[in-house]
Amino acid sequence: MRVQVDVAIIGGGPAGLAAAIACHDQGIQDILILERDRHLGGILQQCIHTGFGLHRFGEELTGPEYAHIFIDGVKDRNISYLLDTMVIEIRKDKIIYALNSEKGLIEIEAKAIILAMGCRERTRGAIQIPGDRPAGVYTAGMAQLLVNMEGYLPGKEIVILGSGDIGLIMARRLTWEGANVKMVCEIMPYSSGLARNIRQCLDDYDIPLLFNHTVVKVHGSKRLEGVTIAEVDSNRVPIPGSERYIECDTLLLSVGLLPENELSEGANVLLDEITGGPIVDEYRHTSVDGIFACGNVLHVHDLVDYVSEEAEIAARGVARYLKGDKSDSRISISHGAGIQYTVPHIISSRDEDVELFFRANGIYNDGMIQLTYGKDILYTKRYNHIVPGKMERIRIKKDILRQLDMEGNIRISWRQREDELSDEAHMYSLSTGM
Amino acid sequence: MYDILIIGAGVIGASVARELSRYDLNIAVLEAREDVATATTAANSAIVHAGYDCIPGSLMARFNVEGNGLFDEIKSELDIPFKRTGSLVLAFDDEDKRMLEKLFIQGEKNGVEGLEIISRDEVMDREPNINPNIKSALWAPTAGITCPYELTVAYMENAIDNGVKLFLEHTVTGLSKDRDGSFTVITSKGKFRALYIINCAGVQGDMISNMLGLEEFSIIPRRGEYLLYDRKYGNTVNSVIFQPPSRRGKGVLVTQTVDGNLLVGPNAEDITSREDISTTNSGLDYVYNMAKRSIPDLTRKGVIRTFAGLRAISDTGDFIIGPSTEIEGLFHVAGICSPGLSAAPAIGKELARIIGEHVGSLREKTDFNPYRCAIPRFKDLSLGEQQRLIDKDPRYGRVICRCETVTEGEIIEALHRSLPVNTIDGVKRRTRAGMGRCQGGFCTPRIMDIMARELHVSMEDITKCGADSNIVVGKIREKREREMKTI
Repeated sequence: MRVQVDVAIIGGGPAGLAAAIACHDQGIQDILILERDRHLGGILQQCIHTGFGLHRFGEELTGPEYAHIFIDGVKDRNISYLLDTMVIEIRKDKIIYALNSEKGLIEIEAKAIILAMGCRERTRGAIQIPGDRPAGVYTAGMAQLLVNMEGYLPGKEIVILGSGDIGLIMARRLTWEGANVKMVCEIMPYSSGLARNIRQCLDDYDIPLLFNHTVVKVHGSKRLEGVTIAEVDSNRVPIPGSERYIECDTLLLSVGLLPENELSEGANVLLDEITGGPIVDEYRHTSVDGIFACGNVLHVHDLVDYVSEEAEIAARGVARYLKGDKSDSRISISHGAGIQYTVPHIISSRDEDVELFFRANGIYNDGMIQLTYGKDILYTKRYNHIVPGKMERIRIKKDILRQLDMEGNIRISWRQREDELSDEAHMYSLSTGM
Repeated sequence: MYDILIIGAGVIGASVARELSRYDLNIAVLEAREDVATATTAANSAIVHAGYDCIPGSLMARFNVEGNGLFDEIKSELDIPFKRTGSLVLAFDDEDKRMLEKLFIQGEKNGVEGLEIISRDEVMDREPNINPNIKSALWAPTAGITCPYELTVAYMENAIDNGVKLFLEHTVTGLSKDRDGSFTVITSKGKFRALYIINCAGVQGDMISNMLGLEEFSIIPRRGEYLLYDRKYGNTVNSVIFQPPSRRGKGVLVTQTVDGNLLVGPNAEDITSREDISTTNSGLDYVYNMAKRSIPDLTRKGVIRTFAGLRAISDTGDFIIGPSTEIEGLFHVAGICSPGLSAAPAIGKELARIIGEHVGSLREKTDFNPYRCAIPRFKDLSLGEQQRLIDKDPRYGRVICRCETVTEGEIIEALHRSLPVNTIDGVKRRTRAGMGRCQGGFCTPRIMDIMARELHVSMEDITKCGADSNIVVGKIREKREREMKTI
């Protein structure tokens, strides 16, 4: 089968759905969503807890409720989608090969593509925990799927490694099902999960969260029998003598998410080594002409509300692209002290204000985020506190962008309050109305 | 009463079973585990060695070189993956260069063809990612890579197709020689009788012989640990890269696997347990650091799995192949450590010859079928072939394992072959479902669904690797209540 579309969207999760709706609302008619699962909504369908949509809709929805707002939006607009359909290749000339059992191989020629494949979980293999290889060691997301979608309990005596949000949510979910969640070990001195999840999922159930702890060995030849945990030093190296054996039948891993960009790489899309996602401009346009990206395939978000927002940014980009609007500049963004990454990586037009999303690379208190352009300070914003678990944003006014060189570089960095130089920076930002 | 009982369904037991299935014999294979190829065969370097590193005149040398030569035939008859990639032994200094000379001469004596010592520049041309400080290398064009469990499954399926009976989850617990000269074998699931016993029990090989009161040899389990990398890193090398044995140790190898991953290892540690296949921090660190000598840019970032396997090292220092010196009718194939995989096809043929000698003459079956077809590997087919497969069976259009593009059709095929499979690991070894970068995170529940449906079992009964390795332990409250209502 061969089809031609204006926009092909790879993935029918929160990013793909919001992108499809926003593309339609931008006047694009011919849209096709390709979804590998049996339903739209992606991972939201297995997230039956509440907490979604607080920013966007002002209420706490469950994952499926949040997804259904967008699924209904897609259906109301008669946007086409294919379920149970696996994209096996994306070519840089925007030809897509997909397959499903009904239509067999499908060749799709798209004018623009939005990558919205989401992310996957880091595994035991990726973090190389030594020991045996029994049943009972699962990623938290797989356990969530088993419990919430299939209705099965993965185990009864549980240790969780990593305090990512899915792990925290699963601690509570499994406790509700009568399992004994013994502890959550976190190798870092802080959690990458949301503060509210630590409170509501661990503290409320007296589940201990051990910072600076990791699992150093897995025991059990058939089913998991226990794990050895240990305290780590400031270099995350286990401290000899601190090992403890914990009996358990299940080890859940919530040790990070990785954007799924194997298809993107096949299309020659350049990736950021830190985010694992494509390098994009402010419209989420990747390095390949006509291929855009949004959601967790681009960088891992803390809240789905921000995924939806980013999908809408990408959709605006696609609309501009299909209209033939060209970029007029290539201002790069580099990150200095305290900053893990930014999205976008470059700014290619100066028609609109640009929101710069960034994440800190550690916990910092009492300081400021500064944008500099050569020796000039473009912007300063005070923060009492920044943490890696929370994505931050800064709006750069188009008036400022227009003053910069087309190929200039903006640097974003964290500065402690004591190295504040003068009030000059504030004066500048005030004068430019930022 | 069986004519022949083979104990152990690793690559050796399977090869012997298949070669003997050519003849008019009543053969059974007893395997303790839930599947074939679960122990030494499941976790090794997957290399078909050229044969230059065995001591001339040894059984290792003979069967390695003979076995290597049989792989093309095996590939075409049994539809298994095999690629002659060639191998390089790198010389890092003058001591190593002398070792290469020694290996070269040894190889010539063993009958290895095409050996050549090549210059640093030639090596760099073939292998741009190799440490540029090497001096030279020994090139062996006949070396290759295969898939040991696929080979074992292929041998056993073909053996079963030719009349061999396989009994899984039958642990041999006792063995005796009866007055009439036949044997009684007591297993965890009942008694068997046979005229001849072939001991292919791998790291348990000496324990089988101990059951008959023999102490002909003993087996030392030697553990080796490995790092397996994402397919993205598979092209780091084109051939198998060895380090020469030296004062620093035996060295580790770096190779592409037939599935396109990069494999690095092993270390070598003699241990006392015959079951301990745990990995260790120190072992994995050693493997990685040694591999970095060959490939300086290697990182640990792309690792998707670590594993360890046991090799059965005999105290004789060589393979033990042939009749017991003490008991008539008992045959040993023991101490089959490296290059055992390379030797497996030749060892199978040799056992058929030895048994034939003992029996007098074996009658060849007229209907022996030497061919076996692999499960179609959807990912490796051309677009046209893929479309034809989906037209024939739409289940080949549904991708279950995203990382390795394994379809529902392939998984269903694996569940219903002449050598059936009922574990998650078994499905993984046959189809690669769950073997990719997400390590089954997405597809395990879907594979369980398919298995429950196709094998008419409950989700709670599905195991990773046989009894007591269940994936889930029960239903959640809501599901229990819902099911109560429907009853």
